[in-house]
Amino acid sequence: MSRRVVITGVGVVSPLGNGATTLYERWKAGECGIESGVGACSDFEPAEVLTKKELRRTDRFAQLAIAACEEAVEQAGWTGGEELPVQAERIGCVIGTGIGGIATIETQHDVLNESGPKRVSPLGIPLMMGNAGAANLALRHGFKGPAHSTVSACAAGADAIGTALRMIRAGDCDAVVTGGAEAGITPLAYACFGAMGALSESGISRPFDARRDGFVMGEGAGVLILEAAEVAEERGATVLGELLGYGASADAFHLTAPEPGGGGAARAIVRALEDAGVSASDLHYVNAHGTSTPLNDRSETDALKAALGEETAKSLPVSSTKSAVGHLLGAAGAVEAVATLLALRERVAPPTLGYEVPDEGLDLDYVPDGPRPLEGANGRAVALSNSFGFGGHNAVLVIAA
Amino acid sequence: MPAATQETVETTIVDAIAKLGPEPEQVTRDATFESLDIDSLDLVEVAQIVEEEFGVVLKGEDMEKLNTVGDAIDLVVARAS
Repeated sequence: MSRRVVITGVGVVSPLGNGATTLYERWKAGECGIESGVGACSDFEPAEVLTKKELRRTDRFAQLAIAACEEAVEQAGWTGGEELPVQAERIGCVIGTGIGGIATIETQHDVLNESGPKRVSPLGIPLMMGNAGAANLALRHGFKGPAHSTVSACAAGADAIGTALRMIRAGDCDAVVTGGAEAGITPLAYACFGAMGALSESGISRPFDARRDGFVMGEGAGVLILEAAEVAEERGATVLGELLGYGASADAFHLTAPEPGGGGAARAIVRALEDAGVSASDLHYVNAHGTSTPLNDRSETDALKAALGEETAKSLPVSSTKSAVGHLLGAAGAVEAVATLLALRERVAPPTLGYEVPDEGLDLDYVPDGPRPLEGANGRAVALSNSFGFGGHNAVLVIAA
Repeated sequence: MPAATQETVETTIVDAIAKLGPEPEQVTRDATFESLDIDSLDLVEVAQIVEEEFGVVLKGEDMEKLNTVGDAIDLVVARAS
């Protein structure tokens, strides 16, 4: 019997504001954090959380990770430093990102072009490196176990959490601080996503709707504290929920387009359910990847039907957090895992905002009309959280509360 | 380019260090870099500012010998003369 892994703290910085509860409550209330076609974290003030030194030594994506982590460790009752309730050497840290410190890359490239190689910052590399999120959390809190980052585009946050689950089950760690962070609303990243035709021209994120025309760029971070169940129990921690399983796969089909029919995604869903030891009929909710791109929302719908069976897939509420915050890329899987956990705890699925016009073949219950109480969740409630990334990466989490 | 006197170099270096983390009043001649939490990466930034301001190039081996803010000021003044 493998170790059970529980969630004891969560933190979020999102376009809907600072805090996990802020995200969930505002999304549930039908509020949208997208303004002028982007999901920026405009309420986030890095100087409120970071020291002067940390501010200089971090790209925005790592700053978002630090803020989300601060909320999560506080909720978990971890005070940091010498007082960590779990042995520091047994605490790992895995923080995913799609791109890493791209604002730093752009700024330093400008310095290089304008002033020459002798003027670029000695902090350029430690700011831009994709592992900077994990490195800075370990440094700030003294986590001395394995620390690294997952890089799988928009699946990176979910892959980080799945990796963390494996690290605890394997016995490498007793706790892992995990999640994802992204700050890619920069001129270069925005232009590149635009060039590939991925961005919504209307600036509206309306997943699964027939009028959907691409994703809306967002930024943010989500962090979860995972602990081995026996460790959390021994220290008397408040358990928020359980991470039951993780499944991942690659489409091996196309560099950016999802496999038609959602075969790769379906395999990840099936694997995640097997890993969790639950069946499709045990599910109460699906937090969809739901990007608002024409291709994803169709292939994800097909994948859910293929993996869960058409009847079960149609019976489940399926909603997309991206309708309220846009696409947080490498942070999406983590922020959405937190949203999923809170939906399960409250037994209420927030709606897919903006969904009005059904598309042919997209015939699941996308929760169009406001928040939906989860039915049949008398004991524990169980949900899927899907994440799929450019490159054909599929990562699925099974969460219970 | 301004002349590298004790006064001008001190102003430049103290201002540069104060931007890196410590409070300005902590940055005295006698303060050690260790006490100010100024590490090798910070000193590279200070060296870039000094080079831009006074044309004095400080290399890694120069920086390693520095313990205090005063050491850095003296080295730059000596190199500039």
